[in-house]
Amino acid sequence: MKNCEYRQIDPQVLSTPTPPPTQCAEKTPKQVRRKWEVFPGKNRFFCDGRIMIARQSGVLPLTLLLILFTSSLFFIFDCPFLVKHVTSCIPVIGGVLFTFVVISLLQTSFSDPGILPRATPDEAADIEKQIDSSSSSSYRPPPRVREVLINQQVVKLKYCFTCKMFRPPRTSHCSLCDNCVERFDHHCPWVGNCVGRRNYRFFYTFIVSLSFLTAFVLGCVTTHLALRSQGGKGVISALQESPASALELVVCFFSVWSILGLSGFHTYLVASNLTTNEDIKGSWSGNSGLQSAGNPYSYNSIFTNCCAVLCGPLPPSLIDRRGLLPAEDSPAAAPAPPEIELLGFGAKTDINMEDSCQDFAVSCTG
Amino acid sequence: MIHILHRFFFPFLQTHSLQDLRQQAPVAAKVFVQRDYTSGTICQFQTKFPAALETRIDKQQFEDTIRKLNSLYAEAEKLGGRSYLEGCLACLTAYTIFLCMETHYEKVLKKIANYIQDQNDKIYAPRGLLLIDPIERGLRVVEITVFEDRSTGPGR
Repeated sequence: MKNCEYRQIDPQVLSTPTPPPTQCAEKTPKQVRRKWEVFPGKNRFFCDGRIMIARQSGVLPLTLLLILFTSSLFFIFDCPFLVKHVTSCIPVIGGVLFTFVVISLLQTSFSDPGILPRATPDEAADIEKQIDSSSSSSYRPPPRVREVLINQQVVKLKYCFTCKMFRPPRTSHCSLCDNCVERFDHHCPWVGNCVGRRNYRFFYTFIVSLSFLTAFVLGCVTTHLALRSQGGKGVISALQESPASALELVVCFFSVWSILGLSGFHTYLVASNLTTNEDIKGSWSGNSGLQSAGNPYSYNSIFTNCCAVLCGPLPPSLIDRRGLLPAEDSPAAAPAPPEIELLGFGAKTDINMEDSCQDFAVSCTG
Repeated sequence: MIHILHRFFFPFLQTHSLQDLRQQAPVAAKVFVQRDYTSGTICQFQTKFPAALETRIDKQQFEDTIRKLNSLYAEAEKLGGRSYLEGCLACLTAYTIFLCMETHYEKVLKKIANYIQDQNDKIYAPRGLLLIDPIERGLRVVEITVFEDRSTGPGR
């Protein structure tokens, strides 16, 4: 029988767990990395870069919940009654509108709004050189503004300090997403994404179809309650018989005005080829009495403007989020392994201590 | 095969191939052709001849390349019957056809990539230059990489 001597745990035993982290470090350089993993803007990517959303997704879950909840109540509680008493087209029309709303909402939220990738270091250096060379010998730094003549209108192009380039016309830097977006309209919290050149038509389809859906549901629910309260029953008893309809009535009544208003406003913007950003800033009004004469991008015809904005060619995404990174960039994966190393080290320390304690216990009893 | 023999026996090529340029020659400078916004937001590049290319390439050839690129981009963004048809069809299908169909713009971008490859092979690579497709730079600039000229005599 051994003496139960106190045996000090050898601290060097704890410092051995180097092999597993090195295995991790060896594996990562061979891993294929895509450009979305090193994207500098504040966006989140899913499905290996196929789906993107702003990091501040705002109230998108609430929007989806409201639409799905109200529509399901409509289909479950109102449609059976209306099919029996009015026509069976009602769920069909409702279904089509609902499909349009959900698909266009998802496309608005999950697509690239027209983000401009940031300038490469070489480009930024070249622009700096051009700015420096064009400045006169004054003490003040030259203003980082370029003036361009577009359609006999002077347009000022500002320099973006984050993206290190002169912003193209109609481009604006979204502070929430930290990206320059082409034809920037606004950052919509309901949709959880910026609205720009590439997803404006999805956004417009979403708000127009949503206003039709809301108005349709409101009309159907009103008809439903009106039919139920016929025959001397009264509105109160009708509401008691179908409480879901009351809830739908409240939701639709309060949302239809704002959605219709928004649709009307954006129809005006589409017809005059303006963005919300330009309209709010008053970029083209004030120069002349007619806004269309001031806007250099307008085709001066409502029909052409609508066609250009909604049916024009859809440019591809410029950020190439699923593109593969060149092999030299893979050491940039270094920030990830140290975390794994730390965790591994901590776990290994515990395991070593446990082993040492077990050995000690065995030696005591042994 | 002949190409490999050439590389073995003649390390300093007078005519550079694209592959050699990208792998071997050091970069002397990078020239950036900026966007031209005088026609609005459509993608057009300035045709002004950069000073750094004066010794390397003929001004007319450079301008022809840029003008051809501008016309191809204008074709991609053209508003006409075809783009309206595509847009209306997409709208009716709730834009789901974009998931399975290649848009007109993407088809023209492929044409542009082929044109740039062709120009590089025939005109720019023999002069120690390399055009980078603007789509790889977010349609901001046409980047021209100027390689150090190792040729002992004037390039063929």
